[in-house]
Amino acid sequence: MNAPLIIFFVLAAIAIMGAVNLILQSHPIHCALSLIVVMVALAGLYLLMGAEFVAAVQIIVYGGAIMVLFVFVIMLLNAGAEERTNISRLAGIAGLPLAIVLMGFIAAAVAQSTDRVQAAAQLGAPAPTKALAGLLFQEFVYPFELTSFLILVAILGAIVLAQREKN
Amino acid sequence: MVPTHYYLVLSAILFGLGVVAFVFRRNIITIFMSIELMLNAVNLAFVAFSQAWNRLDGQVFVLFVIVVAAAEAAVGLGIIILIQRNRQSLNVERVDLLKL
Amino acid sequence: MTDFLALHAEIIITLVKIVLLLFIVLTVNAYLTWFERKVVAHMQTRWGPHRVGPHGLLQPLADGAKFLLKEDPTPEGVDKFTYFLAPLMALTLALTSIAILPFGPNPIHIFGRDIFLGIVDLNIGILALFAITALSVYGAALAGWSSNSKYPLLGGLRSSAQMISYELALTMSVVGVLLMAGSFSLRDIINAQAAHPERGILGWNVFPQILGFLCFFTAATAETNRIPFDLAEAESELVAGFHTEYASFKFAMFFIAEYTSMITISALCSIMFFGGWLSPFPASWTFAHYLPSAILIPFGLWVIWDGIRYETIFGRIILPGVGAVMALIGALLIVFPFINEFIQGPFWLLGKILFFLFFYVWMRGTLPRFRYDQLMSFGWKLLLPVSLANVVITAVVIMVRGH
Repeated sequence: MNAPLIIFFVLAAIAIMGAVNLILQSHPIHCALSLIVVMVALAGLYLLMGAEFVAAVQIIVYGGAIMVLFVFVIMLLNAGAEERTNISRLAGIAGLPLAIVLMGFIAAAVAQSTDRVQAAAQLGAPAPTKALAGLLFQEFVYPFELTSFLILVAILGAIVLAQREKN
Repeated sequence: MVPTHYYLVLSAILFGLGVVAFVFRRNIITIFMSIELMLNAVNLAFVAFSQAWNRLDGQVFVLFVIVVAAAEAAVGLGIIILIQRNRQSLNVERVDLLKL
Repeated sequence: MTDFLALHAEIIITLVKIVLLLFIVLTVNAYLTWFERKVVAHMQTRWGPHRVGPHGLLQPLADGAKFLLKEDPTPEGVDKFTYFLAPLMALTLALTSIAILPFGPNPIHIFGRDIFLGIVDLNIGILALFAITALSVYGAALAGWSSNSKYPLLGGLRSSAQMISYELALTMSVVGVLLMAGSFSLRDIINAQAAHPERGILGWNVFPQILGFLCFFTAATAETNRIPFDLAEAESELVAGFHTEYASFKFAMFFIAEYTSMITISALCSIMFFGGWLSPFPASWTFAHYLPSAILIPFGLWVIWDGIRYETIFGRIILPGVGAVMALIGALLIVFPFINEFIQGPFWLLGKILFFLFFYVWMRGTLPRFRYDQLMSFGWKLLLPVSLANVVITAVVIMVRGH
């Protein structure tokens, strides 16, 4: 039981509790706050693995921009708490155990098949940002330019979609 | 040292919880947030493998996933605003016919 | 007992540093409010607070007591969880950002250990600060929404829209400095400016990066919702913006968060653009090392002289005491050159932080505010393109010079 393992279990517990809270809360704002908690916990896990640039980008972009967009839209649309719907009884009773079985199956399959990966795991030294940048701008420059084009298209699409009708 | 399959099991659990939220919730925005949760679970798997194999390609891919998720969130929320304007409801059960 | 201490020394040292730094930051916050009220008042040719204690120096204590003892009502219909979360989040994030700042170059050697000034030196120092800035948008947005009232909602939406718009210009304007230093770590940025110690003030980053500095300071003022960008919380416009419905202690939390982010931004400006703990004099001018004493001793003597003639008895006792302590510290620095060398770095850094804080207060007393649409078009149409141009120019110059 060394320190990294304890930190992993604490952060994993926080992430799972946030995700369960996302399912259980009725008001969308509380779901958004739970998702922010999950993202910050995941950023902590990335730091534990030594991926410090990715952790910072996760908080800045995901937690500080995308979730802010979600929170803005929830506030602007005045989304209220969800109403009770007549969900099928069978789906409600059989669905949750089936979901747990599915998750357990994937988790077991993953846990048993990673012998080679366990052997290759090394100490989490911090990944130098310089090497990451070198990889991004030399080997992956074509996808990089494509994603910047994608963002431009998304900006234009969002502006066109949210315009008021000109009557 | 945390073994890699611990991270992968956590990623699988988070992905499963995202699927459960996607299927059982009725509010469009919450369903959209569960998609983001699934993307985050996949990101965790990428970074775990990047650390296991000691290569940085996984982290580069995570950056791309985050960028694409941002673009998708922007356009998706624009569509959600339009749905609210046209059908006056954010309940996904009211959005099941093409005709208003 | 000593075994336990020796084994967990790192954690205990860090905890002691955190407690000390929290105490210092909260005291500086309190006296920053006094400083602001006094300076703005003198700019408006009136006295500021001058009744509570000599020269109003105990005013922050009175304000603190008021905040603690006032009634703290919770309006009806607020979303309870978010209403309590928002000021807590704002305060926690603002105070966390102090942990990343370095305060001095040389470590203290105690019991064979090196204790560096500053809680931690991250590899991604400046990125972590931006992450904290990005998260503090939630403080304003959630506070405005959860108050269940028109004016806070509008103020909160406007505040958070302003903050995320200027965040882009903020991050872009710093990229020039990062390109020149080659690292995200704040200590490395200062050491890159110390590469030519004989240049003194000319080696600082502000001269090559003047455009970046202006963009950074403007964007940072907009981030912290200070004048001239404080439309969302000005009294004549929106009652009090997103913190209208917050009473004594929760309002104090927002207040402390705002002043602490002012201090952080001042520290960042001095670290990234103005050389941090470097002296503006060239390294060969060793007589400049006596500047702290040269400031402290005359100022201490003046405080003693002013205190002896003060009107209240309390002032006649306290002020000469404070002045005597200041003069004594100045004399100590001359007598012990070892301490004098150690104190040079933090002295210059604190001096620069005080200068930027004075500049913030000066702007508050002088400038009118922007209208909201002027504010948004300024951020998107002027500041962002200028900071991007700064990045491109810096990159081209570095590439041509071959650094």
